[in-house]
Amino acid sequence: MVETPLLERPKKLTVENLSILYGDQVALNDISLDIRENEIFGIIGPANSGKTSFLRAINRMDEMSDDMLVRGKVALDGCDVRSWRNVYALRSRIGVVFPLPVGLPLTIYENVALSPRLRGVRNKVELDEIVERCLSRAALWDEVKDRLDSLGSLLSGGQQQRLTIARALSQEPDVLLLDEFSIAVDPVTTMRIEDVLKELREEMTIVLVTNLVQQARRLADRTAFFLGGELVEVGMTEDLFRRQVKDQRTTDYLEGRFG
Amino acid sequence: MSEFNRGRRTVPGADTLGSSWWWDRIAQGVVFLGGISAIVFIVAIFIFVAQQGLGFAIFELDKGVFLTSPEWRPTTEPEPVFGGLALIVGTASVTGLAMLVAVPFSLGAAIFIGEFATGRAREYLKVLVELLAAIPSVVWGFIGLTVVNPLIIDLFNVPVGLTILNAGVILGLMAAPIMTTIAEDALKAVPDSYREAAEALGATRWQVIRQVVLPSAKNGLVAAILLGVGRGFGETMAVLMASGHSVNLPTSPFDSVRALTATIAAELGETARGSEHYKALFSIGILLFLVTFTINLLADVAVRGRRKRR
Repeated sequence: MVETPLLERPKKLTVENLSILYGDQVALNDISLDIRENEIFGIIGPANSGKTSFLRAINRMDEMSDDMLVRGKVALDGCDVRSWRNVYALRSRIGVVFPLPVGLPLTIYENVALSPRLRGVRNKVELDEIVERCLSRAALWDEVKDRLDSLGSLLSGGQQQRLTIARALSQEPDVLLLDEFSIAVDPVTTMRIEDVLKELREEMTIVLVTNLVQQARRLADRTAFFLGGELVEVGMTEDLFRRQVKDQRTTDYLEGRFG
Repeated sequence: MSEFNRGRRTVPGADTLGSSWWWDRIAQGVVFLGGISAIVFIVAIFIFVAQQGLGFAIFELDKGVFLTSPEWRPTTEPEPVFGGLALIVGTASVTGLAMLVAVPFSLGAAIFIGEFATGRAREYLKVLVELLAAIPSVVWGFIGLTVVNPLIIDLFNVPVGLTILNAGVILGLMAAPIMTTIAEDALKAVPDSYREAAEALGATRWQVIRQVVLPSAKNGLVAAILLGVGRGFGETMAVLMASGHSVNLPTSPFDSVRALTATIAAELGETARGSEHYKALFSIGILLFLVTFTINLLADVAVRGRRKRR
């Protein structure tokens, strides 16, 4: 299969002049970029550089907190996310994996079956099928297939994070947002999840926020560097790591000379 | 040995009892006294009630009559009848109706305050609910007599409005604020990360509450309801004023009844200390004590269940 060159693919997410404010504090300042279909788009940068706020603006999670103000435009498939009347339908097309795994206080099975049930799947056979498929794709099925009825919160940290990935997959999302997913996961599990993500790229667009520079290097097609709420640079990951950068700050960050 | 301690020697006089050492001792003593006195008082009350009524309740009171006869004629000579059934049914029916009123109100209010109200409105509502919880029960009884009573008479075209219905509604409104506060605490104990995760899955607000928040707050909500039931059983003044206070086996919510607590309150002052009647009233006290103790224990177990699962 001949792959369409990345920059010729349709734009999945378009971000224009996006600014995010908490009160009078600027978290993200006038950012414009686009994310292509079937791309893994890496976002790196130190803490407080606006990476998580960026993700929250995409699926309108800002509406859950009173003090978060979003300006500018985020479009999914060319359609402004603010213009969606049914925010729940929008969110169900966008899967989210949080930094710390959130095992809902349900069984493993229920965790994965929740989203299909919310959208109205009642058939037990169909649900079983979805649960098995999603857990397999998240590389967790073999470890939990004998105890689907035990509480999700009893799993280890790495297993719980894969459970949340399986749960996000059960939405059958177009876009998967991952926010520093490896923070509470051991290196071996991290590698397994990274392999999973490489496979998932065939089916969806992935936005990967990470504080591990090397993780972006391993996975991302393109990488953006956020610093203090500004988009310093965005480019092909290979280029960035070959030091073909436009901004000295990017080199400093990639080489770990930052302080 | 660390850098810090190197070369340090114990000097004579280092082992002195300074003021902070003494303050520590004094504080420990005061806290211990405060803690132990609460337990001592409870035990003392229990011993007092038991001493006044337990012997009578065990050896002299006819338990068969007490639990099955609706005849409460404590002053009839020469053979008084101590049948508690009407009182037990009275208390149970009023409390049951009160819970029918209070559970939907309080859970609804708790869900609204905890999940839907935001910012200023939420703070005001919480203060308001806590204010409601502080209204004295005699005021509720007064409302029952002067507001609900004529309302029932007009609305249902019945001769008396001091009935199970009246007392149940009053008691329900009375128990609702405290139940709301406890239920809201239980909802607040559900981590926000659960809500965010569920909303990110595309769940609507109601789906989040129904599928995630309520199940994980279940034990706390059960505890809130049980404490409300305990409150209903123990309440005296409002029930005394609103229920009609007549010994009666009710057949409908429009019958007057008499509650266990109200019987003690109304009659104890007129009995001779140590008389059979006096001891029978204390037997009722023991029954109430056992019931509320059991309910509070169940509530406690429910709350503990919530903590253990964490």
